[in-house]
Amino acid sequence: MTAEVHPIRTAAETELCEAFASAKARLPGGQDVAARREAAFHRFEARGLPHRRVEEWKYTDLRAMMRDAKPLASPPDAAAKARAKTAAQVLGDVECRRLVFVDGVFAADLSDLDALEAGLTVRPMAEALAAGDPLVKGYLGKVATAEDDVALSLNTAFMGDGAVIRIAAGASLDRPLHLVFAAAGDAPASIFTRSLVVIEKGARAMLVESHQGAEGRDYQVNTAIELVVEDEAHVDHVKITREGASALHISSLVATIGARARFNAFAFTTGGAVVRNQMFLRFDGEGTVAALRGASLLAGRQHADVTVFADHAVGGCQSRELFKSVLDGESRGVFQGKITVRPDAQQTDAKMMTQALLLSETAEADNKPELEIFADDVQCGHGATAGKLDEDLLFYLKARGIPAKEAEALLVRAFVGEAIDGIEHAGLRELLMDAVIAWVAARD
Amino acid sequence: MALLEIKNLQVTVDGREILKGLDLTVNAGEVHAIMGPNGSGKSTLAHVLAGKEHYEVTGGTVTFEGADLLALEPDERAARGLFLAFQYPLEIPGVATMTFLRTALNAQRKKRGEPELSTPEFMKLVREASKKLGVDQDMLRRPVNVGFSGGEKKRNEILQMALLEPKLCVLDETDSGLDIDALKVVADGVNRLRSPERAMIVITHYQRLLNHIVPDVVHVLSRGRIVRTGGKELAHELEAKGYAGYQDEAA
Repeated sequence: MTAEVHPIRTAAETELCEAFASAKARLPGGQDVAARREAAFHRFEARGLPHRRVEEWKYTDLRAMMRDAKPLASPPDAAAKARAKTAAQVLGDVECRRLVFVDGVFAADLSDLDALEAGLTVRPMAEALAAGDPLVKGYLGKVATAEDDVALSLNTAFMGDGAVIRIAAGASLDRPLHLVFAAAGDAPASIFTRSLVVIEKGARAMLVESHQGAEGRDYQVNTAIELVVEDEAHVDHVKITREGASALHISSLVATIGARARFNAFAFTTGGAVVRNQMFLRFDGEGTVAALRGASLLAGRQHADVTVFADHAVGGCQSRELFKSVLDGESRGVFQGKITVRPDAQQTDAKMMTQALLLSETAEADNKPELEIFADDVQCGHGATAGKLDEDLLFYLKARGIPAKEAEALLVRAFVGEAIDGIEHAGLRELLMDAVIAWVAARD
Repeated sequence: MALLEIKNLQVTVDGREILKGLDLTVNAGEVHAIMGPNGSGKSTLAHVLAGKEHYEVTGGTVTFEGADLLALEPDERAARGLFLAFQYPLEIPGVATMTFLRTALNAQRKKRGEPELSTPEFMKLVREASKKLGVDQDMLRRPVNVGFSGGEKKRNEILQMALLEPKLCVLDETDSGLDIDALKVVADGVNRLRSPERAMIVITHYQRLLNHIVPDVVHVLSRGRIVRTGGKELAHELEAKGYAGYQDEAA
């Protein structure tokens, strides 16, 4: 048991308590939602911010890292919206339907809600909470067993806006849905967004989330997305995290996946001072294939943590995890992966691989794979590597006339490319490879 | 002026002296074979010429077309026309052979102040060169040397050599790990690159490669020095008698 009593609160914890007390009356939703918020907040109050003795947060000691809690963001002004417009272009030429959130608030005027494809419904979360939307009532907070997580509890307590999306059975979206989260204001702020996406039986959708903010701004993001992937649905999810240099970003992806479905998730991180990408995934139907991948490219004193829980609650599913990090300067890359195979989940095939490439002597990689297997007829495996660029390979490239910097760039691209190649959408694959090339070019 | 001039070269690796005053002069158009027992310093010579790290030159000079070769970075040496065919070509996962070849060729051209090749120009060049060497087009799309057989890897080395058109080719035990058919293919590729402007240093333990790549000069390297130099018949003598005499002589 890690439940503890904390008579002494940190400044951030105290500020969160004050913020909740003063804001709870105006947060969206009726009585039932308010009760949900209270319950979630109590979970936080009882345990405080996660710290290094909480196993799941071992390498990302939020209590130490979060010196304060920023005030809840005010609604965006015109200047913020103008800046968000630029942020919305992050996908370049990739054709998509954009839903833009500025400092956590849905901006209809920046979003593209015209001619929605048949079977696609979109609603802002704040509105859905206030109206008692049945989809939200049915699913919110019930998607997978992640409520125990304090960061997600804080999200539930403070959730403001976000997207509520439903893709009807059999529907297929023509272009990716792009959720743009722009922290575009000036003042220090904390932003809580919550989204719910229900992809019904046999539907096909691609979701892209991008998170970015002003370089100089001091802000904190706690974002969560719940995904319900029904039987035979095919869903791709790509999350691009390019927060500003001072930002704290905590993200939770919570998904339940039905039978014979396909689910691909990719987490790409280059920005933010402290980033935590957590994924809670539950396999709820047999015959599903899921691929979870990601790449973090970090420099300076950046810290990025990817923590994945894959719960094989039923048998006959395949999961593949491949997470790469490229670490320069004094940055730190963390990967924690836990695969649980329940007693009846026979024929589970789960594999997890994490690889860190250290470009400096002072960078640090922490890899922690965990397997918890209760069934006896399964295939599970994990691997973890951490190392620097291979000197012999560098010499081979240089001996062919390729200058040292270019040779390094080629090897970094190849390293990250292995993960990015798994993204099915060619435009996004190219976009992320270009981002890798730009990141490498910006080194030194 | 000699293409390559090595004078009294002394090289230490991890505190151990491997080359102990090596002299060698190679002129354009010549093919030199360097033979010698294991541990005599053959591969060290190849690596020092190409500029590998951790090889400490403690004495002597190496000039390439009159310039101090040892002062140059490996990529600069390559751009000036030095090519090392590796004994064990490396696998580079994630880098397509085409990308690798093109990056290398254009980096060298750029350094020499020549215009970079366009994609069609480059493709034409590669197609021609690979056809002559019997290199499968499919191999070019795969990551560099990944899953290649020993013979394919060596052929890939010779393909690179053909594309980069170096002035001096150093072949480090190119025959190792090849069966007789693969050896012939590789040797044919090398022979096709022989020209009055180009020199080669063929490093080998066995005489058999020299049946196919016939050298102008044969040197025997033993204990870090060239202890004997002769014509191609010297290789046959070594094949018959072995290196035993040289090991004793150097001791």
